[in-house]
Amino acid sequence: MTGRLKTFTLGGIHPEENKLSANAPIEVLPLPKQAIIPMGQNLGAPSKPIVSRGDFVKVGQLIAEAGGFISANIHAPVSGKVLKIDNVPDASGYKRPGIVINAEGDEWDENIDRSKDVKEEIELDSKEIIERIKEKGLVGMGGATFPTNVKLMPPPGKVAEYLLINGVECEPYLTSDHRLMLEKGKEILIGTSILMKALKVEKAIIGIENNKPDAINHMTELAKSYEGIEVQSLKVQYPQGGEKQLIKAVLNREVPSGKLPIEVGCVVQNVGTAYAVYEAVQKNKPLIERVVTVTGKAVRKPSNFMVRIGTPVRELIDAAEGLPESTGKIINGGPMMGKALTSLEVPVVKGSSGILLMQENESRRKPENSCIRCSKCTYVCPMGLEPFLLAKAAKLGRFDLAENELVMDCIECGSCQYTCPASIPLLDYLRLGKTMVGTIIRNRKKK
Amino acid sequence: MLTVSGSPHIHGDESTKKIMYGVVYAMIPAMLVSVYYFGLDALRVLLLASVAAIFFEWLIQKYLIKGPVTIMDGSALVTGILLAFNVPSNLPSWMVIVGALVAIGMAKMSFGGLGKNIFNPALVARVFLLISFPVQMTSWPKPQAIINGLTDAITGPTPLGIVKEGLDAGKTMSEITPELPTYMQSLLGQMGGSMGEVSAIALILGGLYMLIRKIITWHIPVSMLLTVVVFSGILWGIDPEHYADPVFHLLTGGMLLGAIFMATDMVTSPMTRGGQLLFGFGVGLLTILIRIWGAYPEGVSFAILLMNAVVPLINRGFKPRRFGIKPGVEIKTS
Repeated sequence: MTGRLKTFTLGGIHPEENKLSANAPIEVLPLPKQAIIPMGQNLGAPSKPIVSRGDFVKVGQLIAEAGGFISANIHAPVSGKVLKIDNVPDASGYKRPGIVINAEGDEWDENIDRSKDVKEEIELDSKEIIERIKEKGLVGMGGATFPTNVKLMPPPGKVAEYLLINGVECEPYLTSDHRLMLEKGKEILIGTSILMKALKVEKAIIGIENNKPDAINHMTELAKSYEGIEVQSLKVQYPQGGEKQLIKAVLNREVPSGKLPIEVGCVVQNVGTAYAVYEAVQKNKPLIERVVTVTGKAVRKPSNFMVRIGTPVRELIDAAEGLPESTGKIINGGPMMGKALTSLEVPVVKGSSGILLMQENESRRKPENSCIRCSKCTYVCPMGLEPFLLAKAAKLGRFDLAENELVMDCIECGSCQYTCPASIPLLDYLRLGKTMVGTIIRNRKKK
Repeated sequence: MLTVSGSPHIHGDESTKKIMYGVVYAMIPAMLVSVYYFGLDALRVLLLASVAAIFFEWLIQKYLIKGPVTIMDGSALVTGILLAFNVPSNLPSWMVIVGALVAIGMAKMSFGGLGKNIFNPALVARVFLLISFPVQMTSWPKPQAIINGLTDAITGPTPLGIVKEGLDAGKTMSEITPELPTYMQSLLGQMGGSMGEVSAIALILGGLYMLIRKIITWHIPVSMLLTVVVFSGILWGIDPEHYADPVFHLLTGGMLLGAIFMATDMVTSPMTRGGQLLFGFGVGLLTILIRIWGAYPEGVSFAILLMNAVVPLINRGFKPRRFGIKPGVEIKTS
């Protein structure tokens, strides 16, 4: 059911959408020769390797265990010999612990159902589903990579009422969720039903922005045969894919400052996560591959690939007909929140939704000018903050002021910096403020 | 070579320069009207004020601050034109130059330049000139369309001056009214006054352009003008023989110029909508207080400058509506 267009009310921007790869069907990328698997692929503690050098592993075999409560298992994305357990490049630009596997053949763990049949019937109960999701290493696929099983276990006293499935994909350029909804709609809906069962909720709403009418129609049509699942079309506005903004848009509920969505009875999961849930629960398949958009204005063939985790970015770019000469910046993720990569050897990880190639002339920031106090940053902030003030507080080391002015509520969407006529790197300063205030708060709690 | 920088990696196309030149475009109708009514003298003051403002900014940035020169960002040009708008067209050239020096040197650069000044530079200069050269600053040439030929300029008082003098001399409004311009004349600019303030239509046109371009929001002008209408309306309702009517207050003096171009100055007005509403209210209230009970017939400049001074305080008191915090609930941080 698509009702009237909804959206969130505070702030927001509308950057050029540039969904260049929207019509490119998902292609399966050939296996990498070598898979590079960083141990820090999720929010929280990094995973711990349980294989050693020289071991032969099958696709889907557990190779690293969750390193804490907020952490996730990692499975072999390719079959072959473990070449080394060493520091590997990751999206942060640092070398961090990881496992490197030299691919040999494509031998899968026998317990994984590789048939193409869509399995509708959900056999597991709530507890078993959550256990399975944990075992299969699922994390939020939208980019935040929060372990999925943790989100499915509301803290004592809190009850989930709604499951929201995030099909917003508000980042410009990215189309992986869009394609997934068009091509794996049924699986996403079954995944959604599984999540509903796990959470014991009756109602699920899939939020999709109306720049994807085909996905809205397709999902609406399919959702008719699934009880309790609705599709809500949303007015295009960034950052609607933020959890708090999505809840506000769909249900008009406001998550209190400093609290989680469960506070207002909601759990939000990405469509990619719902698909991974389907695969984990119905097919016993761990999270070893994902859809990645490869795009950019100069990219010869903007594409969507089904990629094994650990595949170096270079191989994706080659499959999109090569690195354009004009490339000045490579971004892991979208242009608003993605991370600029330092090399092409960085691998695809669980949270990689896209690889965006920016041309040289788009890559550099404009020179910074004086703040003219135009307040535009304040008008666009979806959290109702005053970025100019927070940036100044951080710049001057006034972290007490930054804390009082709610710097920790910043979701780092970048709307302020995008809008600033003086091209001030506001978000750089806000991140500094968040890091310092976060440390101050932790130290205060220790005492 | 790959560029590595923090997100976001794209930027909207707004810039300081575009905003400043947007304000310049918005002032074109009023500039044209001023040249139409006040002739070459108006052109002289406009050019002189603009060039002098830009020149002083360059001089100070290059030789006093020894920092980057940013005269092309359009902000000095805006100040120059606004200064010209705020003086009579027959002001001696050297006074215009002194005004530009005060605006740029004293009111803007000595606070640290663009974005750091507390007071509106053009208004500081206007008030400086008014206090220093009261005679020249209040000899208003009567507007005469240039198509009527360049006759010797006749000077006369502004409508506000006529009212003030008349009431002070014990006359009633019905005795004064015949001496005043009609509403239509005020709309078109056929009345005595500073160069840029005379035509309401030209100013409103510029204001609409700035609204559409999102250079200004409606909050300050609407709250200021509404306050003026309500406050002067109450007084007029009580005693129409001793108080001018609200429409007269709206259309005369620097009311619209102030509401549209001066009070809305980004740098010197509050940062949140709520703060802007209060700011506009304060300007409107002070303007009428000064116009009716003050020593000067016109109070817009003083009112805006006074309110400029409390902007930092307003910014502290008025915060945006926060996401996830109920209004009125104390924020606990520790």
